[in-house]
Amino acid sequence: MGRKLLFDKAHIEGIRYYDVYRANGGYGSAEKALKSMTPEQVLDEVKKSGLRGRGGAGFPTGMKWSFIAKPEGVPRYLVCNADESEPGTFKDRYLMEFIPHLLIEGLLISSYTLGCNSCYIYIRGEYAWIPDILEQAIAEAKKNGWLGKNIQGTGFDLEIYVQRGAGAYICGEETALIESLEGKRGNPRIKPPFPAVKGLWDCPTVVNNVETLATVVPILRIGGDEYAKYGTGKSTGTKLISACGNINKPGVYEIEMNISVEEFIYSDEYCGGIANGKRLKACIPGGSSVPILPANLLLKTAKGEQRMMTYESLADGGFATGTMLGSGGFIVLDEDQCIVKNTLTFARFYHHESCGQCSPCREGTGWMKRVLHNIEHGKGKMSDIDLLWDIQRKIEGNTICPLGDAAAWPVAAAIRHFRDEFEWHVLHPDEATKRNYGLAHYADPLEIAAPAAV
Amino acid sequence: MFSEEKLNKVKEIIARYPQGKQKSALIPVLHLAQEEFGGWLSSETMDYVASLLQITSIEVYEVATFYSMFNLQPVGKHVFEVCQTGPCMLRGSDQIIDYIKKKLDIGVGETTKDGLFTLKTVECLGACGYAPMMQLGKHYREHLTPEKVDAIIEECRAKAN
Repeated sequence: MGRKLLFDKAHIEGIRYYDVYRANGGYGSAEKALKSMTPEQVLDEVKKSGLRGRGGAGFPTGMKWSFIAKPEGVPRYLVCNADESEPGTFKDRYLMEFIPHLLIEGLLISSYTLGCNSCYIYIRGEYAWIPDILEQAIAEAKKNGWLGKNIQGTGFDLEIYVQRGAGAYICGEETALIESLEGKRGNPRIKPPFPAVKGLWDCPTVVNNVETLATVVPILRIGGDEYAKYGTGKSTGTKLISACGNINKPGVYEIEMNISVEEFIYSDEYCGGIANGKRLKACIPGGSSVPILPANLLLKTAKGEQRMMTYESLADGGFATGTMLGSGGFIVLDEDQCIVKNTLTFARFYHHESCGQCSPCREGTGWMKRVLHNIEHGKGKMSDIDLLWDIQRKIEGNTICPLGDAAAWPVAAAIRHFRDEFEWHVLHPDEATKRNYGLAHYADPLEIAAPAAV
Repeated sequence: MFSEEKLNKVKEIIARYPQGKQKSALIPVLHLAQEEFGGWLSSETMDYVASLLQITSIEVYEVATFYSMFNLQPVGKHVFEVCQTGPCMLRGSDQIIDYIKKKLDIGVGETTKDGLFTLKTVECLGACGYAPMMQLGKHYREHLTPEKVDAIIEECRAKAN
C-alpha cells in the first residue's frame, strides 16, 4: 500500500465531524502553527516541503505565498479555489464531502501564515450540497474555538465564508474567480498586476486549490523536510488522482508520486485495469486540457523509460511525446473509443466555457468544434485536419488566460498522435458514422497496449 | 418579493463582505431568487435583485446571462441536466440522453407538455468517476442506466401528485 497523508484517516467513520476529526489528531497542525510558530516559520516549512499547486499549474506554493504584498492597513485575503471544473477532475469534491475539517484546518494555518482574517471558499455552483457540509464544519470549528475571534487565545482572528459559483469553468482561473467573487462575469483579468498585489477588491490575495491548502496540514504535522522525502525529485509528496473513463475502479486515489503509470492503471490498489477485459488505447492523465497520449507513449517515454506518475516524467518529451500531470484528472480510453468524438466533446466544452473576451478563443473554439463535428459526422474534408491544426496554433498563446491553450492542446495532441483516425473518418464517412475506429489499425505503434502484468 | 426569512438571509450574505462590497452577494442572491421564484429569473426578478443590492439592473443581467446555472426562460418542475462531456461520453451518456428523449418525448432544451420535466445537456459536472450522471435539483444522480432513469422519472411524478 502506498503511503497516504491526506486520506490516511478517510476510512474512519464519522471523520466528517469535528469530534471524530479532533479525536484522531485533527487541528494538531493548526495548534502547533498558531501556538508555537511564527508565520515566517510556517512559510519556511511549506517552502521546504516543495509543495506545488495541486490545481493544475504546479507552481510552488511557498513561492506563491512569499509574493503577497503587505501594505500597511490593507486587508489581505485567502481564497480557496473549489471551482473544480476541469473535465476528469473530481478530487476536491471528495475531500470536501468526506473530510471537510482537513480543508478548514488547512485554511486556518494558511490564513495565519499569510496574515488574512477573512477567507472565502469559492465552490462551483453545481456542487450545491457541499456548502452545507462545509458550513457545518465551519460552525463546529467556530464552536470549538478554531475560528472567529482570538482563536485558541492566540489573538488571531479568522472568518471563513463559502460562496457558490453558478456554472462557469472559467471561474477556476484565479482572476476570473476573483471577478466572480466580486459579483461580476467571470472574465479573466490582464496580469500584471497579479492577485498577490491586487486581487479581491484590489487587495493582496492568494488563490489556492482545495487540495493544496489541505496538504498544508500534513506538512505541518510531519515537517517540510519529511514531506519532501515522499515522492520523487521535484514532485514531492502525494497527489490526489481522480480516475475515470474505461477502467474497472473509477474513483479518487491518493498516490505517492513514485509509482509508474502502468502500476496506477493496472494494479488492484488503484484503477484495477481496463474495464471489460479490453485493451488500453489512450489516456489523458491530467484533466481534459493536457495532451492525450497513445498507450505506448503513456506507459513508456520516447526514450524507452518507464513513465512515472510525477510532474516531470509525465511531461518528459515535451508536447511532442509527453503530456502533463495537470489537475490529476486521469481519463482512460479503451480500444473501442473514438478519438475524434472524444476530441469533439472537449472542443464543445471549451467553446461553451470560453468567456468571449479574446477573439482567438471565442471564435477559434467554436470553429474547431464545427470542423470536428463535420469530421465526426462524415462530412469532413482532408484539408479540415490541417485547418484544425492551423486554428489551434492561432489560439495558443494569443489569449489573456490559459483557457485558449487548454482548448488548443487537446486538438493538437489528438491530431499529432491519431492523425490516421481523422483521415479514416474523412475517407470512410459512411462507416465513421456507424462505428468507432478501434485499436486494430494501430497495431504497430500500440503494440504494448495489451494489459501488462504488474 | 422575498419573504422576511429570505430577506434576512440576503442581509446575512451581504454581511460576509466588507462595507460597500455588497455586489459580491449577487450570485448567491440570484441563486436564492431562482429557487424562490419558480426555477428561473425573469427580468422583473432581476430588477428586484438589483434594487436589493443597490446596483443597476444591467449589472444583474450581465451576470445572469453569463452563468449557465441561471435559467432565463421558464423550466419544468424537474430539470434533468445530463452531462455529455468526454468522461461521461466514454461511459455512455449519449445513450442515456437518447433514452430520456424517447421516454419523455422531448428534445434537448424542451419541457414536457405537463410542465413536469425539462431536459438539458450540460458540460462536465465533476462526477466523471461515477458516469454517466445528471444533476437533478440540488443533487447528483450517478451511474445512470435506463432502469435508473425510469425510477427517477417515477420518483419525480410521485412528488408531483
